[in-house]
Amino acid sequence: MAPGLDESELAAYVEDALSRVASASGPAALGALRAELTGRRSTLAKWHRELGSLGPDERRTLGRLLNEAERAITEALGERDAERAREARAERLVADRLSLDELVDRAVDTPLARGHRHLVTKTRDELEDVFVAMGYQVVEGPEVETDWYNFEALNLPLGHPARGMHDTMYLDVGTSESVVLRTHTSPVQVRSMEAAVRDRSLPLHVVAPGRVYRRDTPDASHLVEFNQIEGLVVDEGITFADLAGTISAFTSAYFGDDISARLRPSYFPFTEPSAEFDITCTICRGARCRTCSQTGWMELGGCGVIDPAVFAAVGIDPARWSGFAFGFGIDRCAFMRHQIADLRALVDNDVRFLRQF
Amino acid sequence: MRVALSWLASYVPLPESLDELVATLDDLGLVVEDIEHVGLGLDGVVVVQVERIDAIEGADRIRLVTVRDRGAPVEVVCGAWNFEVGSLVPFAPVGTVLRDGTAISRRTMRGVVSNGMLCSGRELGVGDDHEGLLVLDESAATPGQPIAEVLGVDRDVVLDIAIEGNRPDAWCVEGVARDLAARYDVAFHRTEPDPPAPIGEGAGSVPVAVEIVDPDLCGRFVATVLIDVDVAESPRWLARRLELAGMRPINNVVDASNYVMLELGQPTHAYDLDRLAGHAIRVRRAVTGEELELLDGSSIELAVDSGAIGDTGEDLAICDGDDVPIGLAGVMGGSSSEIGPATTSVVLEAAWFEPIGVARTAKRHRLRTEASVRFERGCDYANCDRASARFVELLAMSSPGLRVLGAPIDVRGELRRPASLRVDADAIEGVLGVRLGLDEVARLLSAIGFDVADRDGTLEVTAPSGRPDVRDAPFGVADVAEEVARLHGYAALPTRVPSWPAPGGLAPVVRVRRAVREALVGIGALEAWTAAIVPADDAQLLGDEDERVRLTNPVAADAPFLRSSLMPGLLGAVRRNAERRQGDLALFEIGVVFAHPSAAPTARVERGGAGGGELVKLPSEDERVSLLLARPLDDARTAVAAWRALATALRLSHTRLDPIAGTTPLGLHPTRCAAIVDASTGAVLGTLGEVDPDIAARAMPGLDDGRRLGWVDVSMGVLADHDAVLRESDVASVPSRYPTSDVDLAFVLDESVHVEELKAVLRDAAGELCESVECFDAYRGHGVPPGSRSLAMRVRLCALDRTLSEEALASTRVAMIDAATGSLSATLR
Repeated sequence: MAPGLDESELAAYVEDALSRVASASGPAALGALRAELTGRRSTLAKWHRELGSLGPDERRTLGRLLNEAERAITEALGERDAERAREARAERLVADRLSLDELVDRAVDTPLARGHRHLVTKTRDELEDVFVAMGYQVVEGPEVETDWYNFEALNLPLGHPARGMHDTMYLDVGTSESVVLRTHTSPVQVRSMEAAVRDRSLPLHVVAPGRVYRRDTPDASHLVEFNQIEGLVVDEGITFADLAGTISAFTSAYFGDDISARLRPSYFPFTEPSAEFDITCTICRGARCRTCSQTGWMELGGCGVIDPAVFAAVGIDPARWSGFAFGFGIDRCAFMRHQIADLRALVDNDVRFLRQF
Repeated sequence: MRVALSWLASYVPLPESLDELVATLDDLGLVVEDIEHVGLGLDGVVVVQVERIDAIEGADRIRLVTVRDRGAPVEVVCGAWNFEVGSLVPFAPVGTVLRDGTAISRRTMRGVVSNGMLCSGRELGVGDDHEGLLVLDESAATPGQPIAEVLGVDRDVVLDIAIEGNRPDAWCVEGVARDLAARYDVAFHRTEPDPPAPIGEGAGSVPVAVEIVDPDLCGRFVATVLIDVDVAESPRWLARRLELAGMRPINNVVDASNYVMLELGQPTHAYDLDRLAGHAIRVRRAVTGEELELLDGSSIELAVDSGAIGDTGEDLAICDGDDVPIGLAGVMGGSSSEIGPATTSVVLEAAWFEPIGVARTAKRHRLRTEASVRFERGCDYANCDRASARFVELLAMSSPGLRVLGAPIDVRGELRRPASLRVDADAIEGVLGVRLGLDEVARLLSAIGFDVADRDGTLEVTAPSGRPDVRDAPFGVADVAEEVARLHGYAALPTRVPSWPAPGGLAPVVRVRRAVREALVGIGALEAWTAAIVPADDAQLLGDEDERVRLTNPVAADAPFLRSSLMPGLLGAVRRNAERRQGDLALFEIGVVFAHPSAAPTARVERGGAGGGELVKLPSEDERVSLLLARPLDDARTAVAAWRALATALRLSHTRLDPIAGTTPLGLHPTRCAAIVDASTGAVLGTLGEVDPDIAARAMPGLDDGRRLGWVDVSMGVLADHDAVLRESDVASVPSRYPTSDVDLAFVLDESVHVEELKAVLRDAAGELCESVECFDAYRGHGVPPGSRSLAMRVRLCALDRTLSEEALASTRVAMIDAATGSLSATLR
């Protein structure tokens, strides 16, 4: 045993040190105490140095005890520091107190500069207004959906290969892959139809704008979170001709009379026949340019006549009712109309961008 | 899918113009995503032999190479080192234009003239190798020969066509040709293979037994046994077609299998018969825990449930005579029976596997293969024998000695009968809105393999077995109508703009949201859009990780949460602007925040689960309006002013700011915050005040000028709820024409008395004479006891029908003082 060091002495030392830490008042006293107890000249440090002269067994036992003692003292000091920080914060906050009910009326000048709506909101409002003028009700739906609303009720059963195109993000809630961030606004179709069946309020003429999510690497033309608008008509005698006419009427109303639309066959499990719709390239106005890959057309969205299986899933009689649906990107409309070079500018929130709209 | 025009043209005559062809394909729903011109830039490039290699003085990376075709020697400077005297290499003489547009000219380097260029594989567009020159095999090339001839590269165009999920029939060269032939109304040359006749016909002559144990997952299994197979290279033309399609030639057996898949859409798989234990094949569900080493060398454990919704955990295995798995049906073969150079006997599998099962297996094992993507969409089971015969026919070209042992073994499981339905002109018109002649409908459908019979004005239509997407009646009418529309051309169909009597309109919440946005823009705020999927930092900032909704498969591993507040996003947006020296701004956002179902007081419950048969607890969604005021003079006061502006714009009549009882909401300054409450209904609209200074300091380390950040956060749902939040009456009041008089009163009250209470008492006491009550000063300190404050109030009085007399004013003043001192224990100061 080295001179001046044994287990009981160590225990007594630690007990004394801890009580001094507990009773120290003020930052200065605490700082001095920290130096005295844990600094290079502290008793503990001295004992540490003396360990070297002990036999291996003793060294191991005492070394462990010394480390424990050091940890206990450091923790106690740390707790006092945290306590002090809490007290200081509490003091600051009390000094800062303000009763918000007594604000003097008209004491704050409102600035003369007007703010700005976000470009996507502006675009969304404009699109909504076009569809309202065409007789549509604007409705909304949730962003978190069950697998049923996002896929299955839309004729996309589990294991359906078309699900692979959706790059779905799942939430860690309940059964694995049963809760999703909606990959399209189409679940609102299902919800609208269910509500109309429940309330016996068919026909249905709605558009549903909102945020959707795809697990895609963001780049100049893709965002993980983006906005779509979905249209749905369920009425008597609705055919593909009505869909084509609607797409074309909307295109001219929103983009201008010199922009037209064309439909190409495509595939969506919830519509049959299905189509992609292109509009005249808004950059070259159809003259063929780099942006439209020399085709004169830009792809805007998808559409189709509602598949009777979707009607069956929500309980609408396909013998009486028929309908069509369409959907496209709101951000993409803004992108085309304002020739935005990089879609990521939309989420960057740089005021130099925001102030332009 | 990559399709070479030269290949496509062997089934159907193509139009002269590439533009026209591409437009037609697009119009058929076979979207051309890319057009690649191959074999360009080879004109003029010839084979030369290296005669001499000389060093160039002062240059250590380039050498002077003398080459010769059939004529005179030519000197070329070259930077490659992978050849020697006598090597045969490609040479682009002066004047050649390579495929990347580079025009070869005479150049002088280090004083030496270079009369052309010796080329690498990449420069010629025949490979990726750019390490050195493309050194040619002496047996296959002679000096002076055009390089295009040596490489077997003709000019061609490769179209990359996107095939939609409902068109498995089009996922092959023949399928694309079939659609084109239907559209152009021309003959389509279907592949009819003519393989060598089998030897030893009859039962028992085939030494392989096939058993389908699980007929629901394997509808058909055709096995063809070949002996005396010589594993060798494929014919050049065949290898070239594979290359153009984006596949690497391997050997004639594997290549023939791949070729058949590209041509007919039927994946096949070849097993080495000598490595097939027991010379038997059993197709059965895998047993959980069975292992299989795949062709790609990886080892997988079969039939292990992933736990995902609807995953049955089932795998279909191909097993050998010892019942040991040797392949994952429809996805990938195993390594144990792989075809190798020593293979002489082959069993060819051409099968039909149940699509959803293949899809699940491929997804669970993360093995999307050329075969699995085709089986997932549904192959044509009727194609199995044709594919087998075509394989044999192709393989016999490079292995002429092969013999087919007996007739193919054909075992059936459960197969879906192709859809069959009756369709008339009315039904088609009901979908497309146009009356088409039944003759035209019948012609179009027949051209793509539908069986059509006219029965007195009604067509009896049977879909081909390769069109599993076509359903029976009644749904199938839409499927048939789509095929008719597609082949007829969407652009040729009529259009009509529908109309209906009901007017359009905005949902109430949309109207309120627009009003909120207008009001905030009106006070100078900019609207931001921040991400709903947020990094871990965001949760750490607010310290609510445990209650957050977590993503299972986030795009970025460090951004796994859904936001629980708009505050961190807006703070981040202000910080980024501040870093660009433009941080003096007010930002707002209207967006959804999420809470874990276990954290929400009442969880959202919706229909979900497999088949929609369960009720599923979902994270709750709460749309918030949040405003962050970060201009130099902003603080809780401007937040209150901003809220008042918003409340006025929305005509909210009865809201007041109450101290927050209990825990301070996350992120708020504990002593500078208040709850926004509707005084009549008690509904809480949100909170306002300042951002907690410690959080502000952490979120915006650069912005340490001691500025305060004002904050307003209200629920859109409550704002839009007209029952929870009362609006000003629509009844307009006409102001009095008589003068108004102000009465100023200062009261000392206990801190606990709300200013709104005092206002209400004064308003009541003044009765109908009261036009407005306003607090114009608040004072604490000398003369006011601790725990109390002095509030200076201005009451504006006015009567509708007269000028108020001094007496009236005096009595109203007394009434107000009595009321305040009586009911609120106030003292007049």
